Amino acid sequence: MEDILRLIIEKYNYWIYITLMMIGLYAIIAKNNLVKKIVGMNILQTAVILFFVSIGVKRGATVPIIEHAHDGAHHAIRAAEYINPLPHVLMLTAIVVSVATLGVALVIAIKTYQRFLTLEEDEILKQIREP
Amino acid sequence: MIWQLDLLILTLVVICGIGAIMVRDLLGAAILFGAYSFMMCLLWAIMGAVDVAFTEASVGAGVSTVFFVSAVYHTTRRTKD
Amino acid sequence: MKILGLVIVALVGSVLIYATVDFPPFADPESPASLHVSPRYIEKSLDETAVPNVVTAVLADYRSFDTMFETTVIFAAGVACFLLLRIPRRRPPGPRHFRHRLTGLTFRVKDGENGKEIFLPLREFEPVDSVWTPHDFIIEKVCRYMIPFIQLFGLYVIAHGHHSPGGGFQGGVILGAAIILLSVSHNLRTALKRMREKTGALCSALGVFIFAGTGALCLALGYNYLDYRALAALLPGGPIMARSHGMLLVEIGVGVAVMGTMVWIFKNLASLGRYDEGL
Repeated sequence: MEDILRLIIEKYNYWIYITLMMIGLYAIIAKNNLVKKIVGMNILQTAVILFFVSIGVKRGATVPIIEHAHDGAHHAIRAAEYINPLPHVLMLTAIVVSVATLGVALVIAIKTYQRFLTLEEDEILKQIREP
Repeated sequence: MIWQLDLLILTLVVICGIGAIMVRDLLGAAILFGAYSFMMCLLWAIMGAVDVAFTEASVGAGVSTVFFVSAVYHTTRRTKD
Repeated sequence: MKILGLVIVALVGSVLIYATVDFPPFADPESPASLHVSPRYIEKSLDETAVPNVVTAVLADYRSFDTMFETTVIFAAGVACFLLLRIPRRRPPGPRHFRHRLTGLTFRVKDGENGKEIFLPLREFEPVDSVWTPHDFIIEKVCRYMIPFIQLFGLYVIAHGHHSPGGGFQGGVILGAAIILLSVSHNLRTALKRMREKTGALCSALGVFIFAGTGALCLALGYNYLDYRALAALLPGGPIMARSHGMLLVEIGVGVAVMGTMVWIFKNLASLGRYDEGL
């Protein structure tokens, strides 16, 4: 019992990312409205980004901008003093790409609305089956 | 990193995420998604990922909310679920 | 469908929980992800590139191929929105609305004989949207005074991304958001007057070109593609400062591309590809 409690407290950030991922996946699969599906897709993306950023956190470390004097001189740099910058780099580009894909997804939703005059998936499928 | 603040914002993130997919109004969903993105940005600032937080504040909370609002403006606000 | 979705979500969640049990604890300094590659970047990047912000150094120098193709993906998304939505007809047939500049009266103008369009003189009348015409004095004035400062801040973020959080992506989005704010607070016509459709598309392509051109310049000077040490032959400060300057060039390219694409996608979305009136 104590082990499970410690497991939960030790990794609380990871449990939240799993919750968000499940929310996003549920929205993509079970929601009927296309815009709701797109919101779910974005929640799934941010859940993955939260996971990556959580990996890079170090206790007792600071942001990855290295302290230095004005002329560029600096003390010996110890890697344990700075948060891992690699996940940040990967996720920085992922966020901007996610807004570009969001634009394309919304454009496709608008085109669907112009053709079928509805955003509900079941009504669109009904119209496709009975032309 | 202050873990009390971290836990508070994590709870708010989950509430905003559930709200964004449960609310029966697409404009409300867009605004709640903007709030969700901003909470996410605060969370990353707490975790020390300042560049990621900056990007999310400008992209997620700013531009993508505008995209959602303009898409809803040209389609419909109604939704069945 | 709902039950099937819940079952799938529960399955995925249990797999993720099972995998997370083996993870190192949250915020552990000794976790494997923090011990393998990143210490090299943290310890060496300031000496090798003269850029204190490690994220910028890795983004624009060590992993610049990655960033270049991300920029290309953004450009491709802009092109996809354009091709899906843009329609050549400028407006649907029907009456248009004009506002008299001096008195603020709004006129509804029908098409003339044979569907010929009638234009009122633009010196005295301004065209307004037929669906939704916000004319809020306070919002327009406040936004008009805010936009130059927002743009100045965007330029600062691009130029100062080496020493503080920021860089091409953030600055580009802020610059694009300034134009989007102009469009939301006034109307789409005002924003189109400041930045035409062609300008957005050209900015989007020009940014990718600046990025790829910097790489090709390095190649022409006898180094590897995107190896900024080659720029030491053209810029002052030696090979280490040349890497810093090369990063600035690349960040400017990313900023221009992101700004163009954001404005381009927004204008397509807001006017359904007609570029006359919209949000």
